[in-house]
Amino acid sequence: MTDAAPPQNAGDKGMDPAAARHPLEHPVRRFIDANRAALGTFAVLVVMMSVFIAANPHVFLEWNIYRAVLTTVPVALFLVIPLVFVVTAGEIDLSFPATMGFSAWMFALVVQAGFSPYLGLAAAMATGALLGFFVGALVVYFRLSSLIATLGMNFMMRGVIQISTEGKSIALLSLTPSSAKSIFSGVVFGVPTQMFWALAFVVFSSLLFNHNQFGAHVKIVGDNTDSAWQMGIDVNSVRVKAFVFVGLGAALAGFFSTMINVTWWPTSGDGYLLPALASVFVGGTPTWGGVGTVTGGAIGALIVSFIQTGIVGAGLSGFYVQFFNGLIIILSLIGHRWNQIRYR
Amino acid sequence: MAERLIELRNITKSFGRVYALGGVNFSVDRGEVVGLIGDNGAGKSTLIKILAGVIKPTSGEILVRGEPVTGWNAARSREAGIETVFQDRALAVQQSIVRNVFMGCELKGPLGWLNLAKEAREAERLMREIGFTSSAFTPRSIVGQLSGGERQGVAIARAIYRQADLIILDEPTTALSITETNKVFHFVRQVRASGRSIVFIGHNIHHVYTIADRFVVLDRGKVELEAKRADVPSAEALIGFMEAVAKPNRNADRTLREGGAT
Repeated sequence: MTDAAPPQNAGDKGMDPAAARHPLEHPVRRFIDANRAALGTFAVLVVMMSVFIAANPHVFLEWNIYRAVLTTVPVALFLVIPLVFVVTAGEIDLSFPATMGFSAWMFALVVQAGFSPYLGLAAAMATGALLGFFVGALVVYFRLSSLIATLGMNFMMRGVIQISTEGKSIALLSLTPSSAKSIFSGVVFGVPTQMFWALAFVVFSSLLFNHNQFGAHVKIVGDNTDSAWQMGIDVNSVRVKAFVFVGLGAALAGFFSTMINVTWWPTSGDGYLLPALASVFVGGTPTWGGVGTVTGGAIGALIVSFIQTGIVGAGLSGFYVQFFNGLIIILSLIGHRWNQIRYR
Repeated sequence: MAERLIELRNITKSFGRVYALGGVNFSVDRGEVVGLIGDNGAGKSTLIKILAGVIKPTSGEILVRGEPVTGWNAARSREAGIETVFQDRALAVQQSIVRNVFMGCELKGPLGWLNLAKEAREAERLMREIGFTSSAFTPRSIVGQLSGGERQGVAIARAIYRQADLIILDEPTTALSITETNKVFHFVRQVRASGRSIVFIGHNIHHVYTIADRFVVLDRGKVELEAKRADVPSAEALIGFMEAVAKPNRNADRTLREGGAT
């Protein structure tokens, strides 16, 4: 059952331990082994950017186009990273766009009522966590298929928003002069501040994934649920927590998106469903659960964000965007397939 | 001489009107390897599930270190130091050896932050203890890269980490090559040398004969033979005994006992 020897240690099996430091323990080797998928995704990004730069050096050697991407990619990062956790746990969440819209709506209502945007942020996060818990509990305790149940929840929550607001958006002009605006969506050294928050989120999530019991349990549950049960891991609670994390991420995404646009729309979040999911898989997290990569997911989000900007920037018409979007997704999936081995 | 770790007295288990076990006596001493053999449906699985506390016996008595226990269940079994390594091996194969050894019992600090360095050291120590070392892998290697015998080593290391005094190995050598089987034997001997006990269940009588100190043959819910290794001349004698026991013509019933060496 283990005949397919992994390429990295095919040759040295059965030899006597003689070396002072184990060859597999070399720091460079360990880094590569631990980050195979993320490095593969990074290679895709480098190749893609090289093509763009070659196609139109004038546009792609200017800071402006990068600044444009750095303005929008943070919102995607808050969605993509928690999705990596859910997919690794062997589930999927399609309800995050509505959770994002819903949480941002609570933020908008609090600010519109004249309260501080910080209070609005707290309200949004509480809403996101609660909705995430609700969706997760529905999937886990009613034993529903997460694919279908979260799709249903997405429609239902969006429906509640549409019914309640009758499709009207909320303009939050009071945000523009606020301190929250300069902290969360200002500009420092030419870089949008939301990018720093998003980066901090990525680093924190990466630690959570690789250095925390939660991340370890998420991987084990996605890998072998029976084994996790047998060894005393509360599988249901781990799954629900993963959905809560998605809810929190969606709330942050909604908050930042509303801060950036100074307006909340009833459709807020809708456009992120497919790009965010694509980013997870382009990033190198496989569909089968048990393994995933936060760093890869972040780079995946960057790739997906750049495709749109890049195609137009490279001088092609907007009609090409979808085609290249699909092409890059397929090519990176093929690349990951070749780069990763699925152990059974 | 040796301390009696666990003793089952006159255990019966019925599922509806079907008796899976009909009055079985079974015991394990400290530091011994008991080979549990029997055909499919003999009651082996039922017996080890009772030991693991997963199912409750219909009647009978369970003694841990000489003391009778009541309310036997999975938690009690674990407290008594019994760990079962089931056939499917119960490993998360896409995770590292460390993650599997500490599965559900991670070494963590505040807020669940893992002490990865300490886990790696501890895992290395456990692996050395059962003679599970190689230049081909480290505690950080992915279990999926290991061979079948080595995966048994991971499961055994985990059982030892969980303070097991008795490790039940459910068909650990099934579908393994000779080299891999020898690796498992090596781990089992190391575990025995450390004073722990093992119940070794197998369909391959040669494997069980090679490794066990004592044999218990189950057939249709009854113990048909219990013999020390010194009293069994060869694996063939065991096989012959089992064939005789398994014959559908059993009107001579218990007289077949002589086929063994009790």
